[in-house]
Amino acid sequence: MPMHSFAAATPEIFLAAAICVVLLFEAFFGARHRGATATLTLLVLVIGAALTVAFADVSHSVTLFNGMYVADPLAFVLKLAGFLVVAVTLLYSRTYLENRDILKGEYYVLALTALLGIFVLISAGSLLTVYLGVELLALSVYAMVAFDRESGVAAESAMKYFVLGAIASGMLLYGMSIIYGLTGTLSLAGIAAALTASHSLGVILGLAFLVVAVAFKFGAVPFHMWLPDVYEGAPTSVTLFVGTAPKIAYFALALRLLAYGLPGAAVDWTRMLMPLAVLTLVVGNVVAIVQSNLKRMLAYSTISHVGFIVLGFVAGTRSGYTAALYYMLIYVLMALGAFGVIVLASRKGFEADKLEDYKGLYRRDPLLALVMAMLMFSMAGVPPFVGFWAKLRIIQALWETSHLWLVIIAVVMSVVGAFYYLRMVKLMYFDEPPETLPATVRSFGVRFTLGINAAAVLVLGILPAPLLDLCTRVIR
Amino acid sequence: MHHHLLSILIWLPIAAGIVVLLLGERNIGAGRWVSLAASVATLALCVPLWGDFDTHTAAYQFVQKVAWIPRFHAYYALGVDGISMPLIVLTAFMTIPVVISGWRIITKRPAQYYAAFLIMEGLMIGVFCATDALLFYFFWEAMLIPMFLIIGIWGGPRRVYATIKFFLYTFLGSVFMLAALIYMYVKAGSYSIAAFQALPLTLTEQRWIFFAFLLAFAVKVPMWPVHTWLPDAHVEAPTGGSVILAAIMLKMGGYGFLRFMLPITPDACREFNMLIITLSLIAVVYIGFVAIVQPDMKKLIAYSSIAHMGFVTLGAFLVYEIVRATGGVSGAAMGMDGAMVQMVSHGLISGAMFLCVGVLYDRMHSRQIADYGGVVNTMPIFGAFMVLFALANTGLPGTSGFVGEFLVILASFKAGFWFSALAAVTLILGAAYTLWMVKRVVFGPVGNEHVAKLTDLDGREFLILGALAAVVLLVGVWPEPLLKVMEPSIQHLVAQAVATKIPV
Repeated sequence: MPMHSFAAATPEIFLAAAICVVLLFEAFFGARHRGATATLTLLVLVIGAALTVAFADVSHSVTLFNGMYVADPLAFVLKLAGFLVVAVTLLYSRTYLENRDILKGEYYVLALTALLGIFVLISAGSLLTVYLGVELLALSVYAMVAFDRESGVAAESAMKYFVLGAIASGMLLYGMSIIYGLTGTLSLAGIAAALTASHSLGVILGLAFLVVAVAFKFGAVPFHMWLPDVYEGAPTSVTLFVGTAPKIAYFALALRLLAYGLPGAAVDWTRMLMPLAVLTLVVGNVVAIVQSNLKRMLAYSTISHVGFIVLGFVAGTRSGYTAALYYMLIYVLMALGAFGVIVLASRKGFEADKLEDYKGLYRRDPLLALVMAMLMFSMAGVPPFVGFWAKLRIIQALWETSHLWLVIIAVVMSVVGAFYYLRMVKLMYFDEPPETLPATVRSFGVRFTLGINAAAVLVLGILPAPLLDLCTRVIR
Repeated sequence: MHHHLLSILIWLPIAAGIVVLLLGERNIGAGRWVSLAASVATLALCVPLWGDFDTHTAAYQFVQKVAWIPRFHAYYALGVDGISMPLIVLTAFMTIPVVISGWRIITKRPAQYYAAFLIMEGLMIGVFCATDALLFYFFWEAMLIPMFLIIGIWGGPRRVYATIKFFLYTFLGSVFMLAALIYMYVKAGSYSIAAFQALPLTLTEQRWIFFAFLLAFAVKVPMWPVHTWLPDAHVEAPTGGSVILAAIMLKMGGYGFLRFMLPITPDACREFNMLIITLSLIAVVYIGFVAIVQPDMKKLIAYSSIAHMGFVTLGAFLVYEIVRATGGVSGAAMGMDGAMVQMVSHGLISGAMFLCVGVLYDRMHSRQIADYGGVVNTMPIFGAFMVLFALANTGLPGTSGFVGEFLVILASFKAGFWFSALAAVTLILGAAYTLWMVKRVVFGPVGNEHVAKLTDLDGREFLILGALAAVVLLVGVWPEPLLKVMEPSIQHLVAQAVATKIPV
């Protein structure tokens, strides 16, 4: 195999090398130049994105390493999104980490290994690569959740996440072994070719385990138990990370494994996903209402958004996957901003994670309040913000497949969801601020990025065509 | 110019709103003048809109069409016909009194106050201009955000409850409409409203779509029994919010019935027309009784709004009963004419009534009828205006209130005696609740020492109430231009409403 054919794998190759460099840099210079690793990591991400654009921009699907690795336009877009999202999360987190004395190089190394896991998963061409990516991502994230050693809550969350995550990995492996046993191949393309229309009990059994694993990773009800605990317990900067970048990978997991790997059994897995999607929508939205902790509320809100993403898969058509991809990208954009606001509103020794902490935020920090209000309206699906188009696209995919009742449930649940988003706006704009709350983070660069983040939610809402087109183009 | 006129009408107020927001609270002096200039300029732009409007065609005019989302065949498509044009002028007209009435009164975050109203003006004009269903929905929903903030920030003591109720009610109605619109898009392959109107639909499909629309528009109008958000929202909203809510936002529900429901689901409308008529008559009669006992002036006018909007839905849906009773469509247009005139007239009168209450509230900080009495002794000019608007509200001939009600009652005679008998009850009830309120507030001996200290209208208040009074009288004595503008579009609408869309 000639060297240049590896070009499509540039992002992973570069990232793996860069991780070693960052690790060595941290080991030799980290103690003397605090924060230098953070800057280096951002540089790595920028260079990585540039190299990806230069070398990995494929116009059609390319398989490498005996079919283990797939590079296609979808992977290209998702990887660029991965670079961008991780860069923004790290940018938002810096002051937060500094204030808690956890601004350590390892944090950045773990973020990069998690990103590598995301990339492997995005480009997975075989069951083995899928598993490799899942584990690389999960192990990095477990460590990140437990990163603040002093915090008992964080350790507890990490433990829960690890144990439940291990069960899910077991499910995934078990399902994979059954499918492998029935088809005799690990390659997803091979499986797709082998399982065209057979609905044997074995396939359904294997499928059930795979669906459970995917549902767990996404946080779909009833496999969502870890999600609120992890979101609440982890340091907010980690919540910001966990809530955004890995979603890209898990979307790729669902797409590669179910939609591309098992299209022959689509009837079965869409039927399995349907009740999960409904439960996820209902539980996520209803339980979010009673939360008094913002991180927990957003965790349940995440669950409800996952319900919409899963609905895209329930449609089981190209249009449905496109809708799910679009929804996922939009959700990541919104979550970046929302958790970013929490990170910025927190100070040394003060976690702004309770709803009361946002009372009268408008008076204390108009920019943060405006950004958060825009994101809340967007998450509720109110135009002119982009969240509206995400919901519209999902409903369209459901109509195309004549899912009347799913449409009704989806729209009713978006009204239920609107309530707790409105409550946030109410707290920030209609209530008076309490006396004693510390000032928010005033660093210009971070606030500028947050402003861009919110502006993107508005601009993509008014002019949704380019991103919608992009999503349609990359899904086959 | 003509291709961009509607765009300018939409984006000029929005741009001005953003300018006011950027000027900030510190430069509110400039912000006020920018707001006034923008709202007056918007009204001035309505002059060519009305003047160059071709009254001989039902086709959309001043059209502009730009690709928005090519993949979904969604366009930034604007246009007006005889149904939407008067409502756009009404919107532009009613924003000016709102801006002026807040001039000194609003001291809390005034820049945001003006910005919210200007942005809302643009969005509301957008709702009436959009000829693409997706664009329509975009404006329709986006408008909720400024209104939510207006009630929530500048509202009364129970503002949070009122504004969240308002938002969730309207949102619930709208999302079903969205689902219906997307369904029709999937069938028609286009979001153009004209394509939806031409799309053949089976009766079952029409029934589903009918109820989705009904939920959206009935909440907005509002019709009994989904009206309960309105009294709360009105009572808590600041004066300007109440004016816009009553004068324009309720009209969007009526507009939805005329633009979407009747032409898109005519067969379902024929099937369920008695449902709408019954709900309308309940609104007219029952809500009229409810209005009588209200101790709060704003609440009373809110209930009166519901009763008057009942006339709009009644007039619009009489068409099927008229066809059934007379076998022809000759009288049907009269009901629709009445509905349209009633919308415009109610916009003016209810806006004026809320402004009157605002004038009193600014001085006394009370909306309770019992806190007043004999206001005319200290505020004679105000008393004259209040009595005029009250009489217009009861439908006195010579005021705009008469024209709409008269046309609808006349049309209901063609449909059957009992329709008109029940509809005519409003003439008694309307007089009862409005005049009784006026009697207790304006007339009689001076009620208490606070009333004795009241000062009469200042120049600003006189200006806005005077302008409204002039227009109310003008439409009352000379409704011809308004009816002429609507004529071809109403004829076209009647033809669409009585046609059948069931594929054979």
